[in-house]
Amino acid sequence: MKILVAVKRVIDYNVQIRVKEDGSGVVTDNVKMSTNPPDDNAIEEAVKIKESGKATEIIAVTVGEEKAQETVRKALAVGADRGIHVKVDGIIEPLAVSKILKKIVEKENPDLVFMGKQAIDDDCNQTGQMLAAHLNWPQATFASKIEVNDKSLQVTREVDEGLETIEVNTPAIVTCDLRLNEPRYASLPNIMKAKKKPIEQINASDLGVDTNPRIEHIKIEEPPKRKAGIKVASVEELVQKLKNEAKVI
Amino acid sequence: MSVLLIAEHNNKEVKPFTLNAITAASQIDQDLHVMLIGSKADNVAKSLSEVPLVKKVLHIDHEIYENYIAENYTAAILKHADKYSHIICSANTFGKNLMPRVAALLDISQVSDIIKVISPDTFLRPIYAGNAFATVKSNDEKKCVTIRPTSFEAAETTGGSAEIEKIDAADLTENTKFINREEIKSDRPELGTARIVISGGRGLQSGENFKLITDVADKLNAAIGASRAAVDAGYITNEHQVGQTGKVVVPDLYIAVGISGAIQHLAGMKESKVIVAINKDGEAPIFSVADYGLEADLFEALPQFLEELNKLNTIQK
Repeated sequence: MKILVAVKRVIDYNVQIRVKEDGSGVVTDNVKMSTNPPDDNAIEEAVKIKESGKATEIIAVTVGEEKAQETVRKALAVGADRGIHVKVDGIIEPLAVSKILKKIVEKENPDLVFMGKQAIDDDCNQTGQMLAAHLNWPQATFASKIEVNDKSLQVTREVDEGLETIEVNTPAIVTCDLRLNEPRYASLPNIMKAKKKPIEQINASDLGVDTNPRIEHIKIEEPPKRKAGIKVASVEELVQKLKNEAKVI
Repeated sequence: MSVLLIAEHNNKEVKPFTLNAITAASQIDQDLHVMLIGSKADNVAKSLSEVPLVKKVLHIDHEIYENYIAENYTAAILKHADKYSHIICSANTFGKNLMPRVAALLDISQVSDIIKVISPDTFLRPIYAGNAFATVKSNDEKKCVTIRPTSFEAAETTGGSAEIEKIDAADLTENTKFINREEIKSDRPELGTARIVISGGRGLQSGENFKLITDVADKLNAAIGASRAAVDAGYITNEHQVGQTGKVVVPDLYIAVGISGAIQHLAGMKESKVIVAINKDGEAPIFSVADYGLEADLFEALPQFLEELNKLNTIQK
């Protein structure tokens, strides 16, 4: 079984986001970038499945500018066998990414495609479902547990009501929740070894996919600020304030 | 052209977030049709027809829709979508799972999780966990939009009398099977719509200690939330998680207990009207968004808080 894992390079989750003054976007110069957190879970799960003997090869793929390769390199250090970097500059929407990934799937014929359930930059939560639609494959989104069977997967999904379990036939797309597993750190020897693993570079334009944005970003602004609060000295004071000042209890 | 909203329901009743999405959809265009895909859900069709903002209910009734499977819903929506300018649903796990599948097959770049309708093609949406707001204009001819439910009032549910039209089912997928859903029944208000939410974090130190939170929640008739750290640690189940990848809540009062205030948690609660933080670390980031901060050990503060609440003559319900 072959698993394709899609990863995205985003501003690190710990970075305090700053909006550019001209309203054109957020500041990315000299800002720490990392792999989108649930994409780490997607890689980890693929590596675990391979370690259990149920998968033979893991391919990590990313779509983005030159530096996006770092995320593929990290996936290789954690256990992916080889990488693909589809190069494209500028803003690329989930719809276009899903069309690019479809081309890669057609080329590589994986049995499973894993990725994070949502990217923490644009918070769109679309790519996996869109890829499943283009391929006419089943989708198991927001996965917190995956059981691999012969020709199917049993997936536990985190939904608003609690947990839902579905069975999907392979080939299938799974989007991963942060609770799926605990991503491992790459060891130094594995980081060194990963440098020798191959990353194939493909230009998005060579895939025949239209990557022009359909959505115009008219303005990016800071959200309204909350007015500064106060510290109360005691529980009694807190309850009095809630009752008499805020009038919420 | 009319707009089409996809209803979320359990074949017995409409889920509350659909009512918020109805309000948003009607701001895009007043000629709002609601599609109900279900099995033996006539009561749901009737209650949707009574929502005054709804102009028509399209009801697809077939046993294959007993459980919500995105693949099957998508086929049904595509069969009837062509005469609509917008396809809309709520941006909760229901709509997040469904809408991109529909959008991709219509070759539409979806606009996710909007918090404001500026015009029929321009919307406001939070990005980077709500640390920036983007004004976006969709240049697709037809649009797929999901609605952040807590940013819109729930629609009135009585007084309307929309026509209910029965429409055809679509083909069924063989590749996805529903197995089961573990739904935790609770008498408490729902987290997404509660007037008061009290949430616990890693500071609680164990699942048993969540009883301190539960006791206060009972007194205030509040819903119970949690930080991702508390859910990851197994103190409480996933449906309680508030944050960027959990639920977004906007209650009148949000009480954060033993929660440090990571960016991804703030994303889920910082629009609450009044925020209280109880934390023994005075430097915790949660205090930066709190209207009332109490620097204290929660194991002492929570029992005292309950005691003080008990002294009050009345508590708003």
